[in-house]
Amino acid sequence: MSDYLLVLLGSLLTTSLIENVVLSQFLGLCPFLGVSKNVKTAAGMGGAVVFVITVASALTSVLYSAVLIPLDLTYLRTIVFILVIAALVQLVEMALKKLSPSLYNALGVYLPLITTNCAVLGVALTNVDNGYDFVNSVVAGFGTALGFAIAIIIMAGLREKMVHNNVPKALQGMPIVLVTTGLMAIAFSGFSALAG
Amino acid sequence: MMKKLTERLFNGIIKENPTFVLMLGMCATLAVTTEAINGLGMGLSTMVVLVLSNLMISLLRKIIPDGVRMPAYIVIIASFVTIVQLVIEAYVPSLYEALGIFIPLIVVNCIILGRAEAYASKNGALLSMFDGIGMGLGFTGALTILGLVREFFGAGTAFGVQVLPESVPVIPILVQAPGAFFVLALLTALQNKLKAPSATNVNGGSELACGGHCAGCHGCDGVTNHLKVAEQTAEKARLLAEEKKRRAEEAKKAAAEKAAKTAEGGDEA
Repeated sequence: MSDYLLVLLGSLLTTSLIENVVLSQFLGLCPFLGVSKNVKTAAGMGGAVVFVITVASALTSVLYSAVLIPLDLTYLRTIVFILVIAALVQLVEMALKKLSPSLYNALGVYLPLITTNCAVLGVALTNVDNGYDFVNSVVAGFGTALGFAIAIIIMAGLREKMVHNNVPKALQGMPIVLVTTGLMAIAFSGFSALAG
Repeated sequence: MMKKLTERLFNGIIKENPTFVLMLGMCATLAVTTEAINGLGMGLSTMVVLVLSNLMISLLRKIIPDGVRMPAYIVIIASFVTIVQLVIEAYVPSLYEALGIFIPLIVVNCIILGRAEAYASKNGALLSMFDGIGMGLGFTGALTILGLVREFFGAGTAFGVQVLPESVPVIPILVQAPGAFFVLALLTALQNKLKAPSATNVNGGSELACGGHCAGCHGCDGVTNHLKVAEQTAEKARLLAEEKKRRAEEAKKAAAEKAAKTAEGGDEA
C-alpha cells in the first residue's frame, strides 16, 4: 500500500514540477501567455484549470476503461475525449452557476476559455498512453494542473514587476515575456534532480 | 480561377503565414522544432488534416446547421486526425515516436479550426482545399525553418547530418525546452524591430488573438488577428484621409476668405 502511495507522490511531483506542463511539455501555452498580466486573474485561471483538468482526467479515465476498452474502440479516443471535454466544460459551468454562485463568480469567466486548452486533452491522452489506473490518472491530472497554476502565477507576479522595468523597445510585449518563460524553464529544469 | 488559387497559396505561405504572421498553433510549434525533420513531419501531418478538413467542411457547409457548427467541425477534424495518426503509426513509426502526443493534439491546433471558421465555411471546395494547402505549406515551412535554426545552432546538424565541424562550439540549450522560448522570443523581437506584420507587434499587440487571448480561441482567432490588423490599417488610412481633407478644406477656406477680403477691399476702393 505504501508503495502505491509513493508511486502517487512521485506522479504528483513529476507532473507538477519536474515535467511542468507549460515549461517543459509546451501545453497550455496560449492561456499562459495571454492571461498572465496580473496575479489575481492568473490565480483565477489556475483554479479553473485545476478544477477542469482533475474532473476531466477522472471522467476520461473511467470512460476509457469502462467503455472504449471493452468495446475495442480505443482508436476513437481522440474524438471521444475532445467531445467529452467540450461537453464537460459546458456542464461544469452550468452546474457551478446553479450550485455555487460564489465559486462561479471567481472561476466562471475562465471556464469557456478552457475548452480549447490543449493541456486538458493532452493530460487525458497522456494518462491513457501511460496506462494509468483511475486514482493515478486523477493524481496526475491534478499534478499537471497544479504545475500550470504554479507557472502562471509566478509568471503573473514577474510580469507585474516587469511593468516598471525599462525594457528595450524591440523586446517590449511578447518577446520579453518569452525570454522570461525561457528563464523559468531553465529554473524548473533544476527540479529534475528530485527524480534522481 | 487559376489566379485565385495561386493567390490562396501565396496568402498562406507569405501574407498570412500561420506561424510568423498569425502566431497560431504555438504549442506544437515550440514542442516539435527540436529537429528540422520533426518540424517537417509535424507540418506535413497538420497540412494533410487541414486540407482534408477544409475540403470536407466546405462540401458540408450548406448542410451543417449554424448552431452546432463548432462541434461538427471538431468531429470532422478529430476524425481526420485519427486517420492521420493511424497512418503515421503504421508507416513512419519513428516520426510517431518523436511527435508523440502532439499528433492527436492537432485537433486543438488553432490553425485548423480557424481556417474552417474563417474560410472553408464560406467558400467553395477547390478554393478551400488550396487555402488548406497554402496554410499547410506556410506552417510546414515555418516549422522546418525554426527546426533548422535550433538544430544548426544547438547541435551543429541539419536534418540529422553533421554540418558544423565538431570543434565548433554549439549552444545545446537551443534544442532543449528553454531554447524553444528563446528562439521564439528572438523571432518576435526581430519582427518588432523590423515592424514586420505580425499578430504580436501591432499596437496593443498582446491583445490580439493568439498573441494574447488565444485562451479564448474559439477557432476564429485567425480571423480576429486578420481583422484587427486590417482594422488598424483602415483606421490609419481613415485618419490620414481626414487630415488631408481637413487641410484641403482649411486651404479652401483661407483662399475663400482671402478672395472675399480682396473682393471687399475692391468694393471699398
